[in-house]
Amino acid sequence: MSQANNGVQIEDLAPEHFHDQAKAALADPQLRQNFRGAMDYLTDKRKIAFSDPTEEKRIRDLSAAIRQRSLSKLPDLLEQLETNCTNNGIQVHWAETTEQANSIIAGIAGQHNAKNIIKGKSMVSEEIELNHEMEKLGIECLESDMGEYIVQLDGDKPSHIIMPAIHKNKQEVSDTFEKHLDDFTPTVDVDELIKTGRTRLRKKFHDADIGLSGVNFAVAETGTLCLVENEGNGRMCTTVPNVHIAITGIEKVVEFLSDVPPLYSALTRSATGQAITTYFNMISSPRRAGELDGPEEVHLVLLDNGRTQAFADEEMRQTLQCIRCGACMNHCPVYTRIGGHAYGTTYPGPIGQIISPHMMGLDNTKDLVTASSLCGACGEVCPVNIPIPEMLQRLRQEAKNSPKNNRPAIKGQAAAASRIELLAMKGFAFAASHPSLYHLGSWSATKMRSLMPSKIGPWTQCRTAPKPAGKTLHQLIKARKQGQKS
Amino acid sequence: MRIYPAKPVKVYFYATCLVDLFDPQAGLDAITLLEQQGIEVIFIEKQTCCGQPAYSSGYDQEAKIIAQSQMDLFTENWPVIVLSGSCGGMMHYHYRRLFKDDQNQTQVDDFCERVFELTEFLVNVCRIKLKDQGENTSVVMHTSCAARREMNVHVTSTQLLSQLDNVKIREQDYESECCGFGGTFAVRHSDISQAMVEDKTRHLSETKASNFVSADWGCLLNINGSLEYQGNPMRGRHLASFLLERTGGK
Ligand code: SF4
Repeated sequence: MSQANNGVQIEDLAPEHFHDQAKAALADPQLRQNFRGAMDYLTDKRKIAFSDPTEEKRIRDLSAAIRQRSLSKLPDLLEQLETNCTNNGIQVHWAETTEQANSIIAGIAGQHNAKNIIKGKSMVSEEIELNHEMEKLGIECLESDMGEYIVQLDGDKPSHIIMPAIHKNKQEVSDTFEKHLDDFTPTVDVDELIKTGRTRLRKKFHDADIGLSGVNFAVAETGTLCLVENEGNGRMCTTVPNVHIAITGIEKVVEFLSDVPPLYSALTRSATGQAITTYFNMISSPRRAGELDGPEEVHLVLLDNGRTQAFADEEMRQTLQCIRCGACMNHCPVYTRIGGHAYGTTYPGPIGQIISPHMMGLDNTKDLVTASSLCGACGEVCPVNIPIPEMLQRLRQEAKNSPKNNRPAIKGQAAAASRIELLAMKGFAFAASHPSLYHLGSWSATKMRSLMPSKIGPWTQCRTAPKPAGKTLHQLIKARKQGQKS
Repeated sequence: MRIYPAKPVKVYFYATCLVDLFDPQAGLDAITLLEQQGIEVIFIEKQTCCGQPAYSSGYDQEAKIIAQSQMDLFTENWPVIVLSGSCGGMMHYHYRRLFKDDQNQTQVDDFCERVFELTEFLVNVCRIKLKDQGENTSVVMHTSCAARREMNVHVTSTQLLSQLDNVKIREQDYESECCGFGGTFAVRHSDISQAMVEDKTRHLSETKASNFVSADWGCLLNINGSLEYQGNPMRGRHLASFLLERTGGK
């Protein structure tokens, strides 16, 4: 990927280097063009899918209500899910940390002496860096989602949660294939490119010891795992190999089977503008006696990794409503310009900015929570009505201050506290709440307007310095009143 | 949807610190527009700033001090007309959040209910009818994000402009996209902000409109600064000034 050309290596991608990563991305015209084009395409598709505003509102309100209800009962629903999955023959595992999740998966692989894992799309597996960790144990993980496959060939990371290779155009995908695949004739024909990937993957499904997938909705009522996908690779991963491992964050649970259709509709319309996807899988057990296919073992790994921290605070709990549709990033003017890698987190864009602090701590992510103009485009499109700008504002506050009102500290609390900035803000608050001081300030600004510096820090990097008027409105109004009197 | 009151006899006028300092004429023009509606406009001299810079930077305590000091000034039950969508959003919407679970919550809610952005007030409360007296011309408008998403007033700004018979409204590409200001964002993430404002100025210029207006001085500070830096002669004005000029008010 091109950021490497600008001196930032993929391995180094981290939220702590946000400024440098963003700068590198901004300086890459091809990357910016790829993102702008792709985001325009997706936002247009969503607009068509939600062309009726009344229906849009109905779907969003319903989806938000379902997610809120599920979260309000989260501990109970998780227990119910575990019981029902277990009764169905699905083995349930709990992981508090990413390390635990990896060791659970390694353990299952060990029991089967597995050497190959074929993967459907799963952002949680990115979150725990599964491929990397398994590689250390001599287990090969192969991505079978086309975007993930391309990204994996490159030793790259996904730059979007539903379209991992969106930072690449056709030509770049062709280049990737040419570099890594034997007998590939370069082409920019999309069908040809996809066919190439599919053909190479075919046999791999058959040979893999384990299939691994994510989960879109886990239904507590029935112990069912729902999987939304377009390529059919998810179905292959979860049916062909003898063992299927599903991994998901604990927040993905919903109460009833009837909760799924509205969420599914909200998800696909928001993500790609589709009414439904090509495949929708419901996995409710391993292969039963007499069935001809399906895995003999199904495992469900439930990952916390900071989610209970978000859950503990009623306001921030809204973060967990997310159904990972990606609409917030598609509409975000910052994401559109810097792309997903710049964030240095598994989840980029607006949702990443509010979930990553819980996963990685505010100390690592403090630059992310300020990297928004709070324009509100994300909140405007979120299909489950997460008030993302409010969450960002709240996290900014937690990054600056120690915990308030005996609220529990959040990881990395106060990491961005700055004595100088606090003093400046206190000074500003004092002046703004003491009119005479404020007036003195604005009056002097008008008097000294000719002396105003022409360079004021980063502001004048691309703008001229603002010039105060000759008189403030306060002064003009005084004069106007006197004029009216006389 | 907001329910609007009948046209009042008196209103408070909230200029915002940016208009106070950088475009006081816009303040006077807005006052004239309101007075033409037969409304008495009260300007409280002690008003300063809505506190948004502190709020959006994560300094809630400091923002609260400022918010309280401002609310204390507007004691009568008259509407408070704000000359900028984002400050309007701060005072109409975020003050409630800021004082959530506070003992004077109801008092704050009452105040927030009285806050209106200028254009929404002119359209929905005054039901203003504008008579265009100018030559044929064209205009492109930028609506601030807060105005658009918190106050829904991009609609009312357009409604005002479309009342002007001789003014053709030109739409820019990516009209609803942020100009990259975002208060301290422009400074903290200057590279990203630069990319955003440069795109915005390009889209505005490409319309080749003769006039560029906005009802938000935060955005104007950002966009005008960038236009001037680029040597682009286009300059944005406050919508109030444009409206007054078109209707022969000055
Ligand atoms: S925060 Fe909302 S818009 Fe963003 S990915 Fe989650 S559900 Fe979609």
